[in-house]
Amino acid sequence: MPSLLFCGPKMAACGIVISIWGVIMLAMLGIFFSAKSAVLIEDVPFTEEDIRNDKNPPQNIYSLYNQVGINCFIAAAIYVAVGAVSLCQVRLNKRQEYMVT
Amino acid sequence: MLLGLHPIMSPQGSISVDSTSYGDMTHRFPVGFKGAEHSHPFGNMGELFRSEEMTLAQLFLQSEAAYCCVSELGEIGMVQFRDLNPDVNVFQRKFVNEVRRCEEMDRKLRFVEKEIKKANIPIVDTGENPEVPFPRDMIDMEATFEKLENELKEINTNQEALKKNFLELTELKHILRRTQQFFDEMEDPSLLEESSTLMDPNDPNRGAPLRLGFVAGVISRERIPTFERMLWRVCRGNVFLRQADIEDPLEDPTTSDQVHKSVFIIFFQGDQLKNRVKKICEGFRATLYPCPETPQERKEMLAGVNARIDDLQMVLNQTEDHRQRVLQAAAKTVRVWFIKVRKMKAIYHTLNLCNIDVTQKCLIAEEKSGSTVPSILNRMQTKQTPPTYNKTNKFTSGFQNIVDAYGIGSYREINPAPYTIITFPFLFAVMFGDFGHGVLMTCAALYLVLRESRLTAQKNDNEMFSMVFAGRYIILLMGIFSVYTGIIYNDCFSKSLNVFGSGWSVRPMFDSRLGGNWSFETLAENKVLQLDPTVDGVFKGPYPIGIDPIWNMATNKLTFLNSFKMKMSVILGVIHMLFGVTLSLFNHLYFKKPLNIYLGFIPEIVFMFSLFGYLVILIFYKWLSYDARSSRDAPSLLIAFINMFLFNYNDPSNKPLYRGQKAIQILLVLIALACVPCMLIVKTLVLRRQHLWRKNLGTENFAGIRVGNGPTEDEAEIIQHDQLSQQYDDEPEFNFADVAVHQAIHTIEYCLGCISNTASYLRLWALSLAHAQLSEVLWSMVMHIGLSTRSLAGFILLAIVFYFFAVLTVAILLVMEGLSAFLHALRLHWVEFQNKFYSGQGFKFLPFTFDSILDGRFED
Repeated sequence: MPSLLFCGPKMAACGIVISIWGVIMLAMLGIFFSAKSAVLIEDVPFTEEDIRNDKNPPQNIYSLYNQVGINCFIAAAIYVAVGAVSLCQVRLNKRQEYMVT
Repeated sequence: MLLGLHPIMSPQGSISVDSTSYGDMTHRFPVGFKGAEHSHPFGNMGELFRSEEMTLAQLFLQSEAAYCCVSELGEIGMVQFRDLNPDVNVFQRKFVNEVRRCEEMDRKLRFVEKEIKKANIPIVDTGENPEVPFPRDMIDMEATFEKLENELKEINTNQEALKKNFLELTELKHILRRTQQFFDEMEDPSLLEESSTLMDPNDPNRGAPLRLGFVAGVISRERIPTFERMLWRVCRGNVFLRQADIEDPLEDPTTSDQVHKSVFIIFFQGDQLKNRVKKICEGFRATLYPCPETPQERKEMLAGVNARIDDLQMVLNQTEDHRQRVLQAAAKTVRVWFIKVRKMKAIYHTLNLCNIDVTQKCLIAEEKSGSTVPSILNRMQTKQTPPTYNKTNKFTSGFQNIVDAYGIGSYREINPAPYTIITFPFLFAVMFGDFGHGVLMTCAALYLVLRESRLTAQKNDNEMFSMVFAGRYIILLMGIFSVYTGIIYNDCFSKSLNVFGSGWSVRPMFDSRLGGNWSFETLAENKVLQLDPTVDGVFKGPYPIGIDPIWNMATNKLTFLNSFKMKMSVILGVIHMLFGVTLSLFNHLYFKKPLNIYLGFIPEIVFMFSLFGYLVILIFYKWLSYDARSSRDAPSLLIAFINMFLFNYNDPSNKPLYRGQKAIQILLVLIALACVPCMLIVKTLVLRRQHLWRKNLGTENFAGIRVGNGPTEDEAEIIQHDQLSQQYDDEPEFNFADVAVHQAIHTIEYCLGCISNTASYLRLWALSLAHAQLSEVLWSMVMHIGLSTRSLAGFILLAIVFYFFAVLTVAILLVMEGLSAFLHALRLHWVEFQNKFYSGQGFKFLPFTFDSILDGRFED
């Protein structure tokens, strides 16, 4: 069976750390965007038109907020996957270690 | 038999060893300082804030027992030995022979270790602490190591010879194979035809084979081009060189490197050329091998060579196996051997410090008590300064190291380390205030702390890692404090957290009944609008903890934060410095120097308090006494403070802060000025007077007599006889000019220092500003790109961008900014804080201990 191991122990540990951080931070950002946090307004990609052509203000802005929030959640999910892969790699690395010694 | 108790002079707190031996020899063994029993009035409390009390003691040991006693002391590791014969040459000491033998054994072991490492055999480390071997075991050990070394050397020589042989045979094999090819080509008529046509078409002997001589050999591959050129030039093109690479690398028997070589064969005509060619080959370190001329002979030779190679290979394998077995056996015990030998060496080295006195056999008669002499420990009185020893544990040692890096504290001086535990991480955090970064740092430090036993066992050799690991508790505290300051600054990756709801509201600004004057036209016309806190309901009160999150979105955020952080830096700095000056009071009290209190500490603290303490009070006063309505009239603190020194109270643009300000400020300045001559002149004069008075008193009372420290006359006598008395210095001469200059420098340094140090604390503001700005830039340049995509596929970009954001956050904000904040916090402690009370002129207590030998650090 071909080995599924493709990164070393340090790389895998790095992946786990960054994915834990990523999951927590991106999920929090997702929640804050969904809650329409005012502090994050600078990161919402709205234009003048979004405000001017809004029939029911501030729905346009809110929908943009939601969209960014969803992006954040999906990115968090990606990092969950990255974390899972890294965890597998750590396991595989450990097994390899036992086999060698 | 038993002899002499001859005390060695000694300072309070050490151990001196006198050992006696047979006959009339008195061996006096050295002395060191040892940690005192806890007899301090304040119990352990005193030990935390000052260095441990030390006792100088003498140890009298019977010379047979000395070795064992010293070894036990080494295991305990609480005693520092002093050299009792500093002027004796190293080669003239008693145990120099034993030390030399230990060194010889050490050398042999290092040789074995090197061989083990070369063979890639892991050295077994069981963490065992072997007992010190007895001196009589030394011969056994020596014999063992000698045998092992010889065996290894023999194996090595044999192996080398065999390998050399093997190499030669392999090369010969290759030559025979390759040359066969060349000869085959030569006999190929078509090839020969062609080449001779090219060489000389008019040759009359055309077609007839030439009688050519040849040499064959092996040369390393990289030399080929020069070799070829040289041959061409020297022989003027009259030789013919053929060469072929040997594919597999060959092993050099001496260095055991893998080298690539090539086989070559050179054809030539005549003896002269032959000589030349041979010389060139020699010069290029090519190995020449005899090569038979006829194919038949060559074939036979090849068969013979192959057979010999097979035999040799077998012998080589066996030798290698034997070598491995020997080394593996050695690898199991080499660590224990090392420790034993090094412990032994350390003991003999210590014994060499002892005083062995053959002349003074007096005094001892009463002690004669049969054959065994109990070892005697004698406490001594001394005027010498003992070394400084601060008890630490794994938590405090990092902070103690910070202090020690500046200077080892003088004996029994106030130790700043306990205060540093809090102030250092705090000042760091003031410059590193970010909730998110603080959490990351705390997590990293927690990992190190929670896994510390496992990480210690791993013995990581990486210097960077071990440095961080040694400071793990410092980093942990720095992280926790950063979380706190992050909450106060309300910064988390440069974004604010709005937990309790902002105290500001925009709505009342549109309500004209409340005094608001905004409308939708105002919004359309202006890009930036300012909220007016005087309108009811706009400002509902401060945010429960930290900065109001609304400032994170305000364009005048920096103006607001700068004013806040600048004032905060001054307040923290002045408190920190006043604390440092206060600590000097405890030093003066402890060392019983009333003069330093009345003419040092009091003027210093009054000076600082009346100028900068007053400034702090003004800052608080201004914060409390002006509200939103009256803030337009608030005077500038900076100008008010400058005017205070200029006695300028007529400035119409800067109204007084309170009534009677003029009188109070003038009074304060005058008080501060009055403190300067107290420190500058009065103290010097009083010192001089005291000196004169003491001198007068001294002459009346037979000046110069030193009152014996010990209870008996003997001791007084000893003090004078002992070599150590050289280190005694008499009461220093009082030199008025020196004292005056010293005092003047101190005063000027202090007074100017107050001003410049207060300014220096502004770095707290500057660095926290830099940190906040840097993290904001990182967010808006990196994270912003990922977040502000309008398409739904933005999550891929976001995931990638987050990766870069994370890497940059760690590299720039945590590591780089963390280091810079660390350095600035360090400087604030060393320069601004410690120079108020800490002289740091002691020397470190270095007990005789085997710990470092066990840890594998062997430097002497």
